[in-house]
Amino acid sequence: MEDKILLAHGSGGKLAHELVEKSFVKALANPLLSRLDDSAVFDLSGRLAFTTDSYVVSPIFFPGGDIGKLAVCGTVNDLAMCGAKPLYLSLSFIIEEGLPQSGLEQIVNSVQKAAGEAGVEIITGDTKVVHKGSADKLFINTAGVGIIAEGIDISGSNARPGDKVILSGTIGDHGIAVISQREGLSFSTRLESDCAPLGDLVAEMLNASQNIHCLRDPTRGGLATSLNELAKQSGVSIRIEEEKIPVREEVLAACEMLGFDPLYVANEGKLVAIVPAEDADKFLKAMRRNRYGKNVAIIGEVGAEHPGRVVMKTVLGASRIVDMLVGDLLPRIC
Amino acid sequence: MRFISEFRRSELAEGLISQIHRKSRTPARFMEFCGGHTVTIFRYGIRQVLPSTIEMVSGPGCPICVTANADLDKAIALSQVPDVIITTFGDMLKVPGSRSSLQQVKADGAQVHTVYSTMDALKIAEDNPDKSVVFLGIGFETTAPTIAASILQAEEKGIRNYYVLSLHKLCPPVIQALLDSGEVKLDGLICPGHVSAIIGSHPWDFIARDYGIPCVVSGFEPLDILQCVDMLVAQVENGQSRVEIAYRRGVHPEGNQQALRLMEQVFEPSPAQWRGMGEVPDSGLKIREKYQRFDAELAFDIEPGPTREAVGCICGDILRGVKTPDDCKLFGKACVPENPIGPCMVSSEGSCSAYYLYGGSFGG
Repeated sequence: MEDKILLAHGSGGKLAHELVEKSFVKALANPLLSRLDDSAVFDLSGRLAFTTDSYVVSPIFFPGGDIGKLAVCGTVNDLAMCGAKPLYLSLSFIIEEGLPQSGLEQIVNSVQKAAGEAGVEIITGDTKVVHKGSADKLFINTAGVGIIAEGIDISGSNARPGDKVILSGTIGDHGIAVISQREGLSFSTRLESDCAPLGDLVAEMLNASQNIHCLRDPTRGGLATSLNELAKQSGVSIRIEEEKIPVREEVLAACEMLGFDPLYVANEGKLVAIVPAEDADKFLKAMRRNRYGKNVAIIGEVGAEHPGRVVMKTVLGASRIVDMLVGDLLPRIC
Repeated sequence: MRFISEFRRSELAEGLISQIHRKSRTPARFMEFCGGHTVTIFRYGIRQVLPSTIEMVSGPGCPICVTANADLDKAIALSQVPDVIITTFGDMLKVPGSRSSLQQVKADGAQVHTVYSTMDALKIAEDNPDKSVVFLGIGFETTAPTIAASILQAEEKGIRNYYVLSLHKLCPPVIQALLDSGEVKLDGLICPGHVSAIIGSHPWDFIARDYGIPCVVSGFEPLDILQCVDMLVAQVENGQSRVEIAYRRGVHPEGNQQALRLMEQVFEPSPAQWRGMGEVPDSGLKIREKYQRFDAELAFDIEPGPTREAVGCICGDILRGVKTPDDCKLFGKACVPENPIGPCMVSSEGSCSAYYLYGGSFGG
């Protein structure tokens, strides 16, 4: 019979210790974690970035990743979007009883792999097991710490009229990959989530120039929501061009079928940068060299009129407002 | 062939737009019947790029929007029956009925599941033999065949706990009712694409013949709509009125015979209640006697209570094309997508939602 996670695995007793030792510490080993004290203790000095997030994706395995990879990448990306070099993460697992142990191991392995790629260490963690039905298979909560180098000032409120808006690649891949897995939709080409750690991409951008005004990863709510946040925070308008925004044909097709607008579909390995116009080319060059920036494009620019508004020039040359996402993306009726 | 991006190419659009500008001399008012077309028109700013001779009005082609409060109340009442699971397409959740919405009763503990197809609903029925699973059959001729198929499949598999609340609506009869009312004067009709994929283009013949209104069936990409407008303009300028198809890749003049047979087998025409238009004869679909045991209305004893309409909401007038969202006092103030008062603000294909999301008055 398949080994499953039992309530006893979260009781703090023998089974719990075994699980922590076998499933977590072994795979994620590093000197700070392996000490197994109540807290990880370390030295850091400088300006720090500190973030937290929770991951409840369903299904927990999807094309191009799983909840473990997502948790690491998402946390690393939140740090990177402040210009920080991501260093340490905490991971808290809330497991629904009955989860196959092999599934958990697979997820911890992808945590390890993603952390390795991102150059971060998991230095503290926790496990709880809840009754069947109290969680959906597995939830992961994280926290992350990173360090920001001298002279970097990246914030959603720094956009200035005249700045260029850069998008690192195609939009909608993650959201469509997850929903097609969840709803059993299949396409002639296999679409994968773009889930990826963007710390290196940001580091390479900062090497090219420290003159980045804003960075944001357009996750839930998609590109449209991120641009609206930036426009509101900075008190500027953003004008984008539909034709410049890279979208895969299969994402377009799925969106048509489901009644979604790709501008609102989630990404997990993309970033939007707002930079001074004179530095835009430098960033384009630097980003194109990174595997996660190959399809980078300038998609628009920042203006002064109508603060807080995002406007898109459509493929027909007309203009329309791009608002924030309201509620959930729901399937269309006909 | 790339079926999406090919139909969004800006250089082709430019050519069509200038062609329409060259051709159009006579002032003309065109109605897009279908909510999906309304969305494309606003999403791509099509009204902005058309010449001033052409006026576009949105029609009643949003199945959620035209569902009457009394019918919504039935669905909500069904959700309160013990051991009933309601299955529905997502847009329905947020639509306010007289007193509540499916989203609200769900939060209060009613079993309401969003599904992507009727087959998902059937699966839920199979997985929960001790519950009654009711599918909310909302939609036009586009969705009716798959719902008919689900009933036939339930019969074949002996699934005894599956029911359909049939609130289907038929498009040609309501357009006739709209034209007969004399409230809206039209010089052209953009006929619905997906509906026509099922019923074909012939059911629109009477509009061109008896009412002298040019009709063109359109697809849903911006180039489809532009081509359709171009064809309507040509008919107007040449003094013609006939039915044409600008959506050959989706629509055959005879329609989809297999889908029509399924519909015919399971459903028969019945009067239906339309928001804003009241009862329209033969504009709904009722489950035939042979399949009566799947009819949720007959299977459950529900008491939906008296119907109430939201004060100040003009969705009915907007659906008939006699008013626009900008004429509504609630639009964008009390009625917004996060707190909708009328269904046209809820549905992704509703006029109010399209005006609001894409900046109707800003760009339109």
